[in-house]
Amino acid sequence: MRVKKKDRNKKWAFLFIFSNLLLFIVFFVWPALLGVAYSFTNYSGMNATFVGLDNYIRLFQDPGFYKAMSRTFLYTALGVPFVYCASLLVSVLLVSNHTRGKTVAKTIFFFPWLVSPIVTGVLWRWMFGESFGFVNYIISALGGEPLAWSSNGNLAFLVVLLATAWAGTAFNMLIFIAALLNVPKAYYEASEIDGANGWQKFWHITLPSLRSTSFLVILLSIFGLMKEFPMVQALTNGGPGTDNTFIVQYIYQTGFAQMRIGYASAASMVLFVILLVFALLQFKFVRGGRVDG
Amino acid sequence: MDRLNDRVTTGLLTAALYIIAFMYLFPILWLFLSSLKPGSELFSYPLKILPQNPTLENYQYAWSTMEFIQYFINTLMVTITTTGLTILASSTCGYALAKYRYKWLSAFFICILATTMLPTEVIMSSSFTVILNLGLYNSFAGLIIPSINTATGIFMFRQYFMTVPDDIIESARIDGAGEGRIFFRLMLPLAKPIVITLAIFSFQWRWNDYIWPLIVLSDPDKYTVQVALRSIVGAENIDWVLLLSASVISLLPMILLFIVFQRYIMNANATSGIKG
Repeated sequence: MRVKKKDRNKKWAFLFIFSNLLLFIVFFVWPALLGVAYSFTNYSGMNATFVGLDNYIRLFQDPGFYKAMSRTFLYTALGVPFVYCASLLVSVLLVSNHTRGKTVAKTIFFFPWLVSPIVTGVLWRWMFGESFGFVNYIISALGGEPLAWSSNGNLAFLVVLLATAWAGTAFNMLIFIAALLNVPKAYYEASEIDGANGWQKFWHITLPSLRSTSFLVILLSIFGLMKEFPMVQALTNGGPGTDNTFIVQYIYQTGFAQMRIGYASAASMVLFVILLVFALLQFKFVRGGRVDG
Repeated sequence: MDRLNDRVTTGLLTAALYIIAFMYLFPILWLFLSSLKPGSELFSYPLKILPQNPTLENYQYAWSTMEFIQYFINTLMVTITTTGLTILASSTCGYALAKYRYKWLSAFFICILATTMLPTEVIMSSSFTVILNLGLYNSFAGLIIPSINTATGIFMFRQYFMTVPDDIIESARIDGAGEGRIFFRLMLPLAKPIVITLAIFSFQWRWNDYIWPLIVLSDPDKYTVQVALRSIVGAENIDWVLLLSASVISLLPMILLFIVFQRYIMNANATSGIKG
């Protein structure tokens, strides 16, 4: 009797996960294995011949791939600290006892979460237009020379970074605020008795208490920025030239525009290995007794 | 003295907060103000912050030149269907992972977590082949079906159902309720906050999604709003008059969603809404 009932539960458990299991196999395992297989062929949509490690060898000699990869790393290396600092600053101000009108401010900071990556790109492109953009207008109104925000690669990169921080703050802010509200008030009270000022409290209490949260935010940001694609599509279209072509756009261009699917798959595998390294880091960190908040 | 100091600090920090907030608000405000300006005013120096002759012409233009109604309907249909299916699949799956103890279930949970590491962006080409082989290319089904599975959704429900005491389920079983009945009549209503939170997340993911529609759709009649916007901004000569007003229109459903569910959104446990 008991065994029978257990069997019935097993059936239900399987039924409950069935749709997700099926989707997992069809839309994750299958394309993943296919991607690995393609990366060893010259598949271009018609027929595929096995070419061994050719794609990988060519990839590492391809200046386009190098450039996309190095721009992606640079974007991540500069963008992550930028997003992190902006989010932390906003969050600290939003939980401080010394600020008023928090609800309105929080709503404003949250707003970019509603805006799609494409519209984010449009917004910033419009703000930084070379001839009729708001920023150049202000610069010339103050007597300066208008800047080439879209035709100068470095300036365009700067705009991409600004847009990234703008778009990424909302989500990180929610994580930070939840964590900040969990820092025991007693710590601050004790430090006040010892005569600590606001800055000291931030450095010696707030920041150390946020260690695990910071790690989480940084890792999630790394994942997000390494995969950046839609916003830059709308903002600079990867340009000028290929100055803002990041790795996912490179994969898209080689795989879809040029139909070099085998080659693009090899690039995908390289990106996957890089993401995997970060993911293992995260796993280690989660296993290592992560405390929420 | 101390109190005065306190007031000065409060004044300064509040000012700082609002200056930063204004910087965050401004790009959107500027988009909105610009969308109310007639084309001649958009491109004439010196720029004016406020529209001199505010007009809704641009909106009429956007609504009539693009098949915006069509894109809107397409996107809404895909978004709502996917969201409904995501909630159904994630809630049952999360429940099974939380309340039944089998080794294969734990193994499956690890597989689900692994999906976050290899996102679609990374395996675009081969995902496209799969879509093609299944005959889903250029169909809404090709947009909807692959998006149902989200690790975040499953994770949110799993975490929630872990906090529900087993006793409730046991006593329902003793009363003779079947497993399906227990889930749909007892457990799912309990998880209403998670249902709402995931619905909001899913709506945002799908409404703003760009990569799947880009890969799956080829027929302009089937475009979603985001792909349509991208086709304007990707053109050789950008039609800004159209782009600005179309962008504002594309934001409206999200703003409506925010206004209605503000309470849930701002209090959602952010760490649970990691990814689409």
